[in-house]
Order: sequence, then structure tokens, then C-alpha cells
Amino acid sequence: MRVSKRTSGAVALGAAVALIASGCSGSDDGGDAGNTADGAIVIDGTQPEVPLVPANTTETGGGAIIDYLWTGLVEYPNNGGAPQNAVAESIETTDSKVYTIKIKKGLKFHDGSEVKAANFTKAWNWAAYSPNGAQNASFFADIQGFADVQSEDPDADGPQKAPEPKAKEMSGLKVVDDYTFEVTLSAPTAVFPTKLGYSAFVPLPDVFFTQTPDEFGKKPVGNGPVKFVSWEDDVMIKLTRFDDYTLRDKMKIKDVDVKLYQEDTAAYNDLLAGNLDFQQQVPVSALAGDKWKNDLGERAIQSTTPSTGIIAFPMYDAKFKDPKLRKAISLAVNRQEITDKIFFGNRTPADSWANPLTPGAVAGNCTACQFNADEAKRLYAESSGYQGEMVFYYNADASHKDWMEAVAQSVKNVLGINARAEGIPTFAVFRQQINAHKMTGPYRAGWQQDYPDVENWVNPLYVKGGSSNDGLYSNPQVDALAKEASGAANLDEAHKKFAEAVKLIDADVPSIPVYFQGQQSGHSDKIKKVELTNVGEIDITSVEL
Amino acid sequence: MGRYLLRRLLQLVPVFIGTTLLIYVLVWVMVPGDPFAGKCGERPCPPGFVAMMTEKFQLDQPWYVQYATYMKNLFQGDFGTTWSGRSINDIIATAYPNTLKLALVALAIEALIGLTAGVLSGLRRNGFLDNLVLVSTLFLIALPIFVVGFLLQWLFGVQWGLVKPTVSAEMPFSELLVPGFVLGSASMAYIARVARTSISENRRSDYVRTAIAKGLPMRRVVGVHLLRNSLIPVITLLGTDLGALMGGAIVTEGIFNIRGIGGTVYQAITTKESATVVSIVVILVLVYLLMNLLVDLLYAALDPRIRYE
Repeated sequence: MRVSKRTSGAVALGAAVALIASGCSGSDDGGDAGNTADGAIVIDGTQPEVPLVPANTTETGGGAIIDYLWTGLVEYPNNGGAPQNAVAESIETTDSKVYTIKIKKGLKFHDGSEVKAANFTKAWNWAAYSPNGAQNASFFADIQGFADVQSEDPDADGPQKAPEPKAKEMSGLKVVDDYTFEVTLSAPTAVFPTKLGYSAFVPLPDVFFTQTPDEFGKKPVGNGPVKFVSWEDDVMIKLTRFDDYTLRDKMKIKDVDVKLYQEDTAAYNDLLAGNLDFQQQVPVSALAGDKWKNDLGERAIQSTTPSTGIIAFPMYDAKFKDPKLRKAISLAVNRQEITDKIFFGNRTPADSWANPLTPGAVAGNCTACQFNADEAKRLYAESSGYQGEMVFYYNADASHKDWMEAVAQSVKNVLGINARAEGIPTFAVFRQQINAHKMTGPYRAGWQQDYPDVENWVNPLYVKGGSSNDGLYSNPQVDALAKEASGAANLDEAHKKFAEAVKLIDADVPSIPVYFQGQQSGHSDKIKKVELTNVGEIDITSVEL
Repeated sequence: MGRYLLRRLLQLVPVFIGTTLLIYVLVWVMVPGDPFAGKCGERPCPPGFVAMMTEKFQLDQPWYVQYATYMKNLFQGDFGTTWSGRSINDIIATAYPNTLKLALVALAIEALIGLTAGVLSGLRRNGFLDNLVLVSTLFLIALPIFVVGFLLQWLFGVQWGLVKPTVSAEMPFSELLVPGFVLGSASMAYIARVARTSISENRRSDYVRTAIAKGLPMRRVVGVHLLRNSLIPVITLLGTDLGALMGGAIVTEGIFNIRGIGGTVYQAITTKESATVVSIVVILVLVYLLMNLLVDLLYAALDPRIRYE
């Protein structure tokens, strides 16, 4: 998951499925063809934390640029639906374990070299090889031979160095010919083709392997609809149309300048003054009293995003062992009031375990997500009860105080538990305590999907050993069902099994989904038509002027 | 004078080493939390990444070894790199000129407006102008800087469209006027008040009375005799203020999207770029030390009675 630098550990403010055409232009097809063809726009961004290497970028500032510069094997439609082939001609499998991937012929990188099968396998092997230290390495863990390219430091932070991994390349990757390669996974994984749309899986040109990653990352060469022009640190990243691009999403305008801001309020004032053409998330100060809607009128874009605000239980703490108590707490939270009063209706109350925008998700399947004071009291009376003070923890360096306090107050009012919310100063300290399993009360968590599938809302969060199952929730039946679902022969069957697993999770209430994230964007008069991608970034290829 | 200067410069060495050591230890050693805890989002960082960074930044060495290496590199003019490998020398080289430009504009505005207002009101105590200056400076001091910043940005940039709301990368002088005014506004008020008090006190002193009695033109009495003697407290204010301004103006830089030292260090703190924080703060220490020295030397130039041995 990418983390937004600005919200400092809040769920990255990603966004949405919505298609937004501003109503001001008379014709249906949006803008003026002449203006559009040579047109240029300025959009907001933040300075990427690391050079632009896809497998090494985990924050939204650099992630957005990488999304513009590269096109992956599959792409996620803006409406949030099932992924479609992009660079891939076909992705075939009979057992969800061995995939034969054919790529389209004649596709070019921005330096003119052709996109070939080896550009994928070499890129993936580079990312997975642990001495390269790629932050997204874990995305390749499905592939056979991943363990052999990892090495653990024998004494953690001590002076000894990690030994060389056993192998340099993953045994599961095999190039068949220039346009075909075969991927063997260590276990059947039905969702693997969906994952391929994530930016960690994009191909890298041959030139990447002749330079250091940092050199490449300052002048990245991708295969997407725009190519890289220049990058002035903290000031601007310039991109321009790649004229040899042949896939579906060609650019309609010519130049895109990404202006790098420190403060979203500065960007917002530039938007109002007409110096900026698109801002992905308007500042909190503009949300109060719907000021942004008055300021922007028809240029305001409200969308929902596939990320959820969650409060997780530390299941390793004996106090929270009783599912009845957990359900009682969840039922005692008045989500509607919180989203109305604290988020001014810009977020919606959560009512399902997976975000409803996700393929395979079932809307409204969280029975524990209703506000039902009587039922909560009844369950609490039946449960083992709760002694002492219940503290809800959050990281105080992002704006979580208000809603966490509202949750605690809601629990206190309904159940009579002595509940309060407490901030932990920084996201880093907060995460450290969570990773060390030292939390003594329910704590704020958030999840933005990495790729659109219900699998991403179950395996990492609620399966034993999942990468973000920090509360150590474990239910053997859920584990078994999720395993079966992950290994299903096709996605439909996988989704059915996941639905069963989610029913069990709903009975256990290992965490409390509270709200679905919303996004509030704005664009300038100049832009006549614009769409947002499934994660709420501007789809620059849709822009018409 | 020479010996004094030498002694002051030598005093800088232990102060410099002491402060840098303190900063280094505070940032690298005592900072709560594993540096990798929040770096990869809501999941732990892959071990390969942690191992690579640990080796690169010598995190497995004891802190005094780290500090010694850092100081060794520092004296060779190398401030090190960020987590991502970006050279901190480059970061400082791009950010510092911006801060300096903004600081100089702010200083010029506050000196010009503050001094003029102070001198005029000091000469005509209890007149209309004096009361106006007193009330308006009180108002400026009472307003937090971000209020002034947002208000002027909104009025001039958004509402009237006279200037761009944010400063562009080339930092042209015309775009710096509003941020400079905002940055200098509080100090401007203090300078006006200090200058007013100083002038009105000296206005009644013997040498001024003598000068007037001698029949010197008023311009000369005020411009040469009165002003020069009244400037000492103002210079102290301006000098320490320049030190503060060179330390960057986090709020003003943020509002107007100026890529200066204040915004850089703020961002480095939030993203836990320890190396950047230490290096910039080290530079700030140097700037403060030198600015203080400069102010002390300026006293001697203004008041011949002050001599340094």
C-alpha cells in the first residue's frame, strides 16, 4: 500500500470510481479538439521520496508519477470493475498455478526499445532479490523460488552482514520467446492476474540494468502514455505525450506538469486563482461548511475511494478474547453521526468488510457495523464484560483525534465502559508498538487496497500470518476457507469462498470498520472533461480541454 | 579588535562541536521509534530493504562511531545523503538561496517600514501618527503569522488577482513582496516600537538639545545625531531577526509554497529524514553564531565609545 506523505500515515487519500464530466461545455464529447491536442495542464503532487523506480516506491507522491509513466500487463478500469489486459495479449492458466503470459507485439519503451518478455522477468527478479532492497519486494512472494532470493541478516541490526541469497533469480519465471513468458507460483493463486496491474509489476527497459537504480530513477524510462521530460526537486516534474504509444489510453492533451507542493492549502489557492488545473484532495480547511463546493461550483468533484478506516482489536490481549464483547463494542459505534458531524458527510459509514468498490466484495455484509444500542447492551451483558479503562489509540500526527474520541465516547455512552481515546505522538512509534504486538487497547488502522479484489481485504488482514494482520487474529476455519479461495481455479469461485470466509469474520469481529474514505478534488475552468482512476488519481489520458 | 575577533571565533569551536553532538544524538540516537517502523505504510518493511539501509547508514555501529564519521565527512564538505540517496549538499544548495532571498526581502521591508514609522512617531509623540502606529503595531503583534499570511494571500492572490498566490520556482522579486511582508510583519511592529521609544528618549537628551541650540538644521540633528545613537537597540533586533529568518520560516514558506530551508527541515522531520535534519540544523547553528558576532561588531561601528579589546 502506498502511504501519503501529507497525511503522515493516514490511509493514503486515494480515490475513486467516479467519472466526472463538468457540465459547463455544450457538446457531449467534452472539449475543443484544437485546444486539446496541444494542450498542457498543471496538476498537484508531492516530491517523491525516492528516485522513481516502480518496485521501490511505496508513497503516493512518487507512485502517481509512476502510474502516469508506465502501463502494466493489466489495467484497472476507472469504474472499479474487473481488470482488463493492457500490455498483456493474454494471461492463461488452467490451475491458477502456472500462468502463460503473452504480451502485445510492437510496444515501445520511451527510449524506443521494444517491450519484450525479458523486460518483465528481469524487472521482477531485480525487485525480489533482497540485496537490492526494493520496498515492494513482498509483492513477488507468490512466485516460486522467492524464498531463494531472500537472505535474512543473522543478527538483525548487529555487525554481521546478511549472506548472499541462495539464488539470483526466481525459479518460477521462464521466458518462452520474446513475447511469451511463463510464471509458476508456489501455490495456486486465483487473484494473481489482478495483482499484475499494480505498479511493482511493470516492465523495466534494458537501460535500467546498465545504470544504478538511483540514476535511472532520476530519469525514468517507462512504457506508458506519457514520457519523462525533467524533474526539478521540490519544484516540478514535467511529462509529455509519448507519440509512439499504441494502447487504448492515448493522451488527448500534450503536456502534463506536476507541481510539487509542500502544503495543500497553497495548492488550493493556486487552484482558485487558476494557476493549477487539478488538485486531487482539497485541504481540510476548505471542507468545513462545504466551503470548497461554494468556491469551485461545478468544478468540485466528490468521489469515494477504495479505502476504509478501521479500528483493530489486539487479539493477543486476553481482555478482548470474547467475540460478544467485540461485537458489542462495534454495535455501540454510531458511524452515521461520526461521518455526518466530524467528516461533514464527506466519508460514508462503513457497512461491509471489504470496500464495496472492490470486485468480489458484498455490500452491507458487516452485520456488526450497524448502530444498535439495545443489541449492544444485550451482548455486553452476556459477554465476559470488561474491567478497567478501555483506551482507543491513534497516531496523533494526522487528523484522527476527533473521530477516535467520538468512537470512544459512543462506546462509553452505550455500554457504560470507561472508554477514552489517546494519541501516540508519531506514526512511527505507533506502528512500532503495533508491529511489536504491544497494544493494550483497540487502535486505529486503515486499509487501502493494493489491487481491486476482495482477496486483498481478507488475506493480508484476517488470515494467520497476513502481512497486516497486526492484531494476530486467527480462526482456522477462516484460514482454511481463504486458502481454498486463493487457490480456486477462477475468480468467481474464489469470490464465493471469500464471501463464506467473510461471514465467519463477521461473527468474530476482529476489527471495527468505521468509515469508507471519500475524496474531494477540484479542477480548473480550462479542463472540460476529466476522469479519476480507481484509486482517485487523475486519469491524465482522459483530460480534454 | 583583531584579538577580540580571534577570541570570538575560537569560542565558536567548542560551541559548534557541543551543539552538533547534541543534535546528532537527539536525532539519531534518542529519537523514539525504529526508523523503519512507519516507512513502508501499514506493513513492516521487507528485510532486504532494512538490511541495505542499516548498512548504508551504519545503523549497526555505536553512536559515537556514527558521529565521528559524520563529522569527518562534514569537515570535507559532505553532508551525507537522505534515505533515498539524494545528496543533502544539493538540497541545501537549492533551498538556502531561496530562504536567503526571502529573508533579505523581509528584512528590507521591516527595516524600511518599521524604522520610518518608529522615527516619525517618536518625533511627534502623542500626535495622530503616533497613535496610529501604536494601534496598528499592536494589531500586527497580536495576529499570528499564519492569519496574516492566509489573509493577504487570499486578498491579493485569489480575491483581487494582483499577484500569484504562490511563489514560482524562479523566485522573482515582485512575487516575494507579499511573503516578505508577511514574514517581516511581527518584527516590523517590534522595530517600530523600539525605534519610537529610543528616539523619543534621546530626543530629550543633552546632546540633542545642544545641537538644536547650536542652530543645526533639524534634518542634521535627527539624521546624524539622534538616529545614529538611537539605532543600537534596533540593530540588535534586526540582527537576531536575520538569524531567525535565515533559519527559515516554516509557516510562511508553507503558505506561499517557497522551497526554503524551513519547509525542508519540517518535511525532513515528518518523514524522519534524520540526516537532513541534522545537517540543516548544523548549518543553522553556524548561521546563528556568525550573526551574533556580526551584531556585536556592528555596535562598535555605531557607537565609538564601545571598544573591543
